[in-house]
Amino acid sequence: MGLGRTLRAASLALIACGARAGSSSPDPAREAVGHVSAAPDSAAGLAAWHQVYSVLTSPRCINCHTATGYPQQGDDRHRHFANVVRGPEGKGVPALQCVTCHQESNADSTGVPGGRGWHLAPLSMKWQDAGDRVLPSAEVCRAITDQSKNHGLDGPALVKHHEEEPLVRWAFQPGHGIDGTPRTLPPLTHDDFVAATRTWVDAGMPCPPGR
Amino acid sequence: MASFRLNVNGQPKVVAVDPATPLLWVLREELKMTGTKYGCGIAACGACTVHLDGIATRSCVVPISLVVARPILTIEAMAEDPVGRVVQDAWVEHDVVQCGYCQSGQIMSTVALLKAMPKPADSDIEESMGGNLCRCATYVRIRAAIRSASQQLEEHKKR
Repeated sequence: MGLGRTLRAASLALIACGARAGSSSPDPAREAVGHVSAAPDSAAGLAAWHQVYSVLTSPRCINCHTATGYPQQGDDRHRHFANVVRGPEGKGVPALQCVTCHQESNADSTGVPGGRGWHLAPLSMKWQDAGDRVLPSAEVCRAITDQSKNHGLDGPALVKHHEEEPLVRWAFQPGHGIDGTPRTLPPLTHDDFVAATRTWVDAGMPCPPGR
Repeated sequence: MASFRLNVNGQPKVVAVDPATPLLWVLREELKMTGTKYGCGIAACGACTVHLDGIATRSCVVPISLVVARPILTIEAMAEDPVGRVVQDAWVEHDVVQCGYCQSGQIMSTVALLKAMPKPADSDIEESMGGNLCRCATYVRIRAAIRSASQQLEEHKKR
């Protein structure tokens, strides 16, 4: 069982406890206490964030969250071949757009990955530095919770983004490489990733201290 | 096998192929349009470039089932295309072609570039054409021809 599921189970257990407290006393104050106890605490939220961070910084995700003018590829996160560049909107340049090669679904017969609207994340959502080093957990957390950087996504919108965005979903079904080998998956399943995101959001999106 | 209705160079076409068949092989084998070349088969060389709904696209990695209603333009249509004609003339003027195998892809990428960016800087040319390989290394002449075509198009606009 992944941590996301564990946390979700813990949340449900807390909700169940709250319900029992409420049934034993109709006192609104006690009900409020029960309601508060249903939300994951900060420690559970931080634990969930670390799970979310482990996915965000896995190659399937971070390769398109660069700080540079190009995407990366492979588990070693090397620069995308053919000197592919970001372009002004993160979609490449006129004769070499992302969609020049990346179609709406994986082309497993040729190893070219695909998903609807293939593009790079904006520079405000970079999860690595200009030297391609992964940013610390606290820094990624601050960026992802800053609505001036994340296209105005609040907590529920972040959950929805992780649950429904085609390119996020692609990361969990990345298909095969050119040699037929399945691409490495993120460390959580998509369900556990969404559950961890939800737990973190329900806990108030706490971020680790430090840089 | 399934039947697909296509729009190729403005002409309606119907083909019956496996849905996973790459567009390249539909063009070459089913429609006998051999101007578009097979180079690497993995979108790594650009020889198979066509325009799909106006976007330069590697036809070797596009399953025919994903083309749907998007219009397809190939090298065969470039002589009648206002930008394509100028690019082809510039190619002749600069004697770009050596073995010629990659050149239909080079021209299709160039036309996509100039339609989106009529006056590209050298850095724009390098970035946009970086996915089109030429084993004869005609890159210097390609770049000169693109500059020349850009100037020609600009002069046409002034007339």
